[in-house]
Amino acid sequence: MKKSHIIGIVVIAIAVFVIISTAGDASTYVTFDEAKGLYESGSGKKVHVVGQLKKDERGEIVGVEPSKDKLTVTFLMVDNNQVANKVFYNKPMPPDLKQSEQVVVIGSYKEDIFYANQILLKCPSKYEEESLQVRAVN
Amino acid sequence: MINLFIGNLGHVFVILSFVLSLAAAFSYYRATKIEDVLAKKEWTINGRFLFYFHSFFVVGIVVVLFLIIYNNLFEYHYAYSHASKVLPVHYMISCFWEGQEGSFLLWIFWNCVLGLILIKTNKTWEAPIMVIFAVVQAFLASMILGISFFDIKIGSSPFVLLRDVIVDPIFEINPDFVPSDGTGLNPLLQNYWMVIHPPTLFLGYATTLIPFAYVIAGLWKKEYKNWIKPAVPWAIFSTALMALGQLMGAYWAYETLSFGGYWSWDPVENAVYVPWIIQVASIHTMIIFKKNNTALKTSIILVITTFILILYATFLTRSGILGNASVHSFTDLGLSGQLLIYLLVFTFVAIGLSAKRWNDIPTTEKEVSTYSREFWIFMGATVLGLMGFQVMAGTSIPVYNAILEQFGISSNMAPPADQALFYSKFQIWGAILIAIFSGTGQFFFWRNMDKSKLWNELAIPVLISLVVSTVIFMIAGINKIAYILLLTAGIYSLVANSTILIRLLKKKSFKLAGGSVAHIGIAMMLLGILFSAGYSKVISLNTSGLLFSKDMSDEMNQENVLLFVNEPKTMNEYELTYKGKRIELAGVPGFPSRKLIRKTLDDHTVVAIADYIHEGERVFERGDTLTILPENTYFEVEYKKNGEEAFTLYPRAQVNPNMGLIVSPDIRRLPGKDLYTHISSIPDPETTTEWSDPVTNLVSIGEQFFVNDFVTGIKKIQKIDVVDGVELGIEDVAAEALIEVQVKNRTYELKPIFIIKDKMMGNIPAVEEELGIKISFLNILPQEGKFELATETSQRDYIIMKAIEMPFINVLWIGTLVLMMGFTMAIIRRYKEFKRTA
Repeated sequence: MKKSHIIGIVVIAIAVFVIISTAGDASTYVTFDEAKGLYESGSGKKVHVVGQLKKDERGEIVGVEPSKDKLTVTFLMVDNNQVANKVFYNKPMPPDLKQSEQVVVIGSYKEDIFYANQILLKCPSKYEEESLQVRAVN
Repeated sequence: MINLFIGNLGHVFVILSFVLSLAAAFSYYRATKIEDVLAKKEWTINGRFLFYFHSFFVVGIVVVLFLIIYNNLFEYHYAYSHASKVLPVHYMISCFWEGQEGSFLLWIFWNCVLGLILIKTNKTWEAPIMVIFAVVQAFLASMILGISFFDIKIGSSPFVLLRDVIVDPIFEINPDFVPSDGTGLNPLLQNYWMVIHPPTLFLGYATTLIPFAYVIAGLWKKEYKNWIKPAVPWAIFSTALMALGQLMGAYWAYETLSFGGYWSWDPVENAVYVPWIIQVASIHTMIIFKKNNTALKTSIILVITTFILILYATFLTRSGILGNASVHSFTDLGLSGQLLIYLLVFTFVAIGLSAKRWNDIPTTEKEVSTYSREFWIFMGATVLGLMGFQVMAGTSIPVYNAILEQFGISSNMAPPADQALFYSKFQIWGAILIAIFSGTGQFFFWRNMDKSKLWNELAIPVLISLVVSTVIFMIAGINKIAYILLLTAGIYSLVANSTILIRLLKKKSFKLAGGSVAHIGIAMMLLGILFSAGYSKVISLNTSGLLFSKDMSDEMNQENVLLFVNEPKTMNEYELTYKGKRIELAGVPGFPSRKLIRKTLDDHTVVAIADYIHEGERVFERGDTLTILPENTYFEVEYKKNGEEAFTLYPRAQVNPNMGLIVSPDIRRLPGKDLYTHISSIPDPETTTEWSDPVTNLVSIGEQFFVNDFVTGIKKIQKIDVVDGVELGIEDVAAEALIEVQVKNRTYELKPIFIIKDKMMGNIPAVEEELGIKISFLNILPQEGKFELATETSQRDYIIMKAIEMPFINVLWIGTLVLMMGFTMAIIRRYKEFKRTA
């Protein structure tokens, strides 16, 4: 066999390995129920759950509780199937958490609590202006 | 009154530049196709002038857009959403790349500059390469065209009026309404790096078109070999600028953002990294082709891939397909269809043309020897290709979902939960191999090698690197196998390339030294990344004094520390004290306390209420009017280390109505490491202070009582004759209580005032925001010798911050400069080679 053939085979093998490991390391978007199912089946895989903060009838956010030392926060999040669950975040509360329109938590369940390692927030008009902010009329 | 003229003018310029680029493409196409020499010349001159006119109108578009921003014409959406009245002129340039339309314009502008240089420098290849240039310009100009055909919108114009974009009732009442100010430039972009990073990167991006245009022209004209010589210096130039641009961005992120580093494997970063790494591979294969005619096909594939990846990256970052996957994703302007067509047209043309010509392309059948330079370079290029492939495979995850959806399959794939780990665990092995190959490959520079000669050459560098890395390994306690290998390989590359460099310098062949200098730079960068990222240490971690283990799950370790104002806390070997909020005043050195000023109705103007002395000099006096940068608040944090001089850091937080709280770190640069500190959280500045119900205290002078857990006492009571804002008559009385509040290492003074005016009792309370204390002086009870005080409390001022140590990060920045030097030397050499033969 020529050297170039051996190199070719190795390259293909690595490329296949990359594809398999990408598929394996890719996370998934799931609901709380699915995430819980994963935990109960013993998988520690970290998943993405998309949802919003829980609000009461008057539309006020409820259940956001920073810890006493302010270094961690727990909050109630409602996923896209309207299932609410407690989320624990081991970092200080992101300052714009309560203003967010959409919350994506990345992490996994432990018991009944979803432990988020990372939180992505989508805030209204973060990078664009949808409505006019009239400051002063000339 | 709305200035319609200027926007219409800009729009006409866009249309003209689009039409002229098509006309130029047509003329140059005719010039390429036609055989008759005279006609060829005429069509070429025709194309040239059309491209000149095209460039003229492109400059016109830039000028018009700048004038709109400069003159604060907020009736235009672009000016309204990216600029504001207080924006300094040098940041007005940054408005160009905050918006997507502006960044397309920047790209078009650079292509014009490059096209004009090519017309000037390479007459032989002018016609075919300018066809490709002009077609690219037409595609790019169509992105900012902003016209509609039968409900199909083509491009997004930077010259649309605000009223045509934003639905607001005010435009129904008054269509000529002009907002008095714009929403301003994203404060994160108001940084000098952000003035130079995007144009540098975009110039690098734009320049990838030149090698691509040459390879396509070469295939088209069946000149399979001659295109390489003029393409090489441009490929190196493009690679250098992309590297410089990326590292400027990395440095900006390190200084300004607060994710604790300089690189986060964000899709937008990956979108530059992948084409860059493939272009690096292409430079190497083109250079070996020039030496001995091998690797021509590989070079063709790599050059084409680089440009297609640039188009793919443009599609990824601008079509909105990444959704939430990136922090920088531009807003979707509805250009995804157009961007996809742009990508697919060039992909199919390039692949189709290559396939058609594939069998004509000369190849060498001889097997490459392991002891040749070609072999090692080829291996290096292969590794680079695989590194790029892995990053692309991960970054494209949202694209797989979109493609599957087209076939009706719903897919819920998400990016890896830990992106940094996902990419770096693979890339580190690539880096190890690259370091080894770039060290070894250099030894084949001179002469033909065989086994024994090679080992003779390699013995000393290998030995030195093993010894040095063992020493470092012993001191630093490296425990990961990949880190040990990268350390050893990095030092090996450094030593091997330095050996070569010294030899070259001895022979006085400076012009050949570009390669070894660039590789020394790369080796330094790899070592700098290994130390600063692999060995960064969160020093604000777990301050309870308990032992902690690194194996503890990240759910348990606390990476932040809570500091109440003026209450020292121990953090590793440091004692930290948060000393309060500081402000930034225009033209005022240092960080004056917020207590020195009083706000006025104008956001940007404040009045001093006390003198400010900085380094022994009086900078301003009570009553002075000053200009404040109202968005910036700095938090003074003092670091003390046993026996060493204390230092102070001022991490920043910006409160922006559109973006919420934005924090930037402050960095203490020490010789061996950086100490990086950023705010993680502060009390919400938007909410008004909520005071507790008042508690009434009857106290005499010297008697102690508690407010918010602080020992408090009245020092003295004195009659005062002047009270700010109150006119005192002859019958009226005013008294001031001097109250002292003891906090660990200092004493606060509060001076509430009690007034009897027109026989009515009144008072002016004193507030200390830092302590969350408000004291009102309610009454004087002369019989008992007591004073009635009402105290209210609220949240004390605090910060939550994170501190990280980044060892040897300067090696990365110095390595970058060395790399740039190497690139510059290589560009000069290759350009001279091209000039000599041209």
